[in-house]
Amino acid sequence: MLSNSNRIDRRLNGLLLSMVCVTALLLALIVLFLLSEAWPFFANREPDGTWLQLFYRQNWYPLEGQFGMAPMILSSLAVTAGAVSLALPLGLGSAIFLQFYAPPRSAQGFRLLLNVLAGIPSVVFGLWGLTRLVPLITSWQPPGASLLAAIIVLALMILPTIALTSASSLASVPKEMLTGSMALGLRRNTQILHVILPAARAGINSGVLLATARALGETLAVLMVAGNVVQFPSGLFEPVRVLTANIALEMAYAMGDHRASLFASGLLLTLLVWLLSWFAHRVNQVNNREIRGG
Amino acid sequence: MADRIFSGLLFSCALLVVSSLLWVLSDVVLQGAVHFNWQFLFAAPSNAGRDGGIGPILVSTLWLLLIALTVALPLGLGVAIWLSEFAQSNSRLASSTGISLDILAGVPSIVYGLFGNAFFSIYLGLGFSLLSGGLTLACMILPVFVRTCEVGLRAVTDDWRRGALALGMTRSAAIWHILLPAARPAIVAGLILSIGRATAETAALLFTSGYVDRMPGSLLDSGRALAVHIYDLSMNITGGDGAAYASALVLVTLIIALNTLAQGLVDSWFKQRLKIA
Amino acid sequence: MVKTLIRVLLLLSVALNLPIAQANNKSLILTGSSTIAPLAMEIAKRYESQHPGVRIDVQMGGSSRGINDARLGLTDIGMVSRALKPTEQDLTAFLIAMDGIGIILHKSNEVNTLSDAQIIDIYTGKINNWQQLGGSDLPITVVNKAEGRSTLELFLKHFTLKNSQIKAQVVIGENQQGIKTVAGNPNAIGYVSIGTAEYEQTLGTAIKLLPMAGQIATVESVAKGYYPLSRQLNLVVNATPTGLLRRFIDFAQSAEVRDLIDAQFFVAPLKMDSNSG
Repeated sequence: MLSNSNRIDRRLNGLLLSMVCVTALLLALIVLFLLSEAWPFFANREPDGTWLQLFYRQNWYPLEGQFGMAPMILSSLAVTAGAVSLALPLGLGSAIFLQFYAPPRSAQGFRLLLNVLAGIPSVVFGLWGLTRLVPLITSWQPPGASLLAAIIVLALMILPTIALTSASSLASVPKEMLTGSMALGLRRNTQILHVILPAARAGINSGVLLATARALGETLAVLMVAGNVVQFPSGLFEPVRVLTANIALEMAYAMGDHRASLFASGLLLTLLVWLLSWFAHRVNQVNNREIRGG
Repeated sequence: MADRIFSGLLFSCALLVVSSLLWVLSDVVLQGAVHFNWQFLFAAPSNAGRDGGIGPILVSTLWLLLIALTVALPLGLGVAIWLSEFAQSNSRLASSTGISLDILAGVPSIVYGLFGNAFFSIYLGLGFSLLSGGLTLACMILPVFVRTCEVGLRAVTDDWRRGALALGMTRSAAIWHILLPAARPAIVAGLILSIGRATAETAALLFTSGYVDRMPGSLLDSGRALAVHIYDLSMNITGGDGAAYASALVLVTLIIALNTLAQGLVDSWFKQRLKIA
Repeated sequence: MVKTLIRVLLLLSVALNLPIAQANNKSLILTGSSTIAPLAMEIAKRYESQHPGVRIDVQMGGSSRGINDARLGLTDIGMVSRALKPTEQDLTAFLIAMDGIGIILHKSNEVNTLSDAQIIDIYTGKINNWQQLGGSDLPITVVNKAEGRSTLELFLKHFTLKNSQIKAQVVIGENQQGIKTVAGNPNAIGYVSIGTAEYEQTLGTAIKLLPMAGQIATVESVAKGYYPLSRQLNLVVNATPTGLLRRFIDFAQSAEVRDLIDAQFFVAPLKMDSNSG
């Protein structure tokens, strides 16, 4: 009897392991692809490392041989950071509202709205941004297509992800925690903020990481509203160009070194997400240690 | 008192979110309704998409979704189960898989498109095809689905696992009969987010399933996805805005229908087999 | 379990029933410029309707892709929205349409004409307020196209500028983005395809075309050759075309597709006029 169950379990373990390997293989393939396409750019620059100009040069005029990506790197980070700092409180607040405060019918409607918006193409968000938001910002402060527009549109796009994953995590917290905290006589907001939320932290962090990664990789919507001028993000109302929009704008017309440099920027983005993920894992580990021992 | 401030804050937050999301949606619905008629759903596009309908495009989109979900769902669920139930908590494979998934979630969609084109279309020889596009989509929705399911599975209290062990159930049986049903809300959430990501994808599909708006004859035919059609009409074709909004309206309805279907499917697959006290 | 697997396999084999055929007498593939793609698709559809059994697929990817694919034989025809460069003389181009490039302002802008020198000064940042040109006290929002686009290259060549000299506030990708940007910004100036802009004006979009070097910007003046700034839309092949390829290219250059060219707001090349009634 015991050996039987072990065999089934071992088979399942084997099957699942092979699936995990497929996933790891996928990432390896993508990185390999990016490397092979970006390689000509690195190889063609003299070995004294003029490819490093990607990081410190300020000017992006690839057709004239200038490949400075520094402004775009910072712009990508600025847009993502702005969008997440806007979407996180709003998304979390919506999730808490959805789980604990909303009457059932409204909760259903709200959830439906979030579901639908999770599936709307970026081009629709971009179109709305271009035809409604940008003119609005223009009347306030030209040129309108700006860092602010990109932050707002991106925040709206990742908000459903954060809200839905957070709501799902909050729902997964065992009921006993809520009833227990009620029995202890805690106020509602204390129950939520100090008991439920920490318990759901892992899931919420996971959702935020997904949303941040999505924000970093978002292309079309940002391309349509951010202005796309290559410069350091100097103000909310100034136009910026993010790395993804750069790839989308120029890939179709790029040849040779220019094309390779665009793939290099794709590689850079992947690296950024890796750093982000590593950082999030460290934070998670610290959290877990706190919960367990300290 | 603090309670009232708190709930007031939450309420206004939700209100802000709902009104801004409705603002975006209302544009689609109002402008789309102007151009829409029932023929739109079945006719083929003509005059570069400005006239006619989106019949073949709807078919292509549904095929793409089907391929993507058929590949990504079992694979994703498997990886999630492994991460949650079988992996040692400090195993290198587990943490590197976790990081791989996070990175995959952040790869820009246009890079997925170029990768899909190079790997599925050229290297595997599938060309511009629904299969190529569907497989690329599967790669994109995998991290989302795995992460959400994994979180859901981890959240199931260990008491149940110990109970199953005490009853002498195999790991596999415990997973199938107890844990997956318990993680159902998270799986549904993951499915919905995946469907959302797949329907919303434009750049990746442009390079893999392509631009052809004909009714696909086989999975190896090129087919235009709805999101690609909307992009083409609004950004590339003069005077295509009306049709673009109408297509977006159809897309929104499709998402609602698919979400309802997703909820129903997961509910029936992972039926609660043991009643919770 | 096994039964389901068999059923799935059967379904797949039915679905995958077509092998991919390329460059034979029955099918053609075109890849390249997204500007030409809608026109090419309409021409292809008309050809298909006149010759049942033929299948012509159009895919996007940009002019560079068109050149590359044609050169490497990955596609039958490359769509290129500019004239061939001196380094591309190993390929042959067939002109199918012309596209004028005109300066647009917001409808409410009081300025109605701009000289070449003024345009250069605006785009290099020397003039940055409409007041300096006789308009209101508003800062100029300069809209430029992204690097590599043929529209940009022609603009730069015409005004003998380098892209690094241009000080823009907004950089756009597709024509429609340019139109929507200018229409939403009373201070904006940009340049787009003339045909597109003319059509948008009839729809009531808040833009207006400016004459250039004294010539009014209309499709007609481009057709007659008066207007100074226009680009070629070419079908490019890497060897002398034969068979289906030859027939299709002849068709695309014939007077039979004149109305399709007009419908996409391009300009039929001059030599077609001799055929029309």
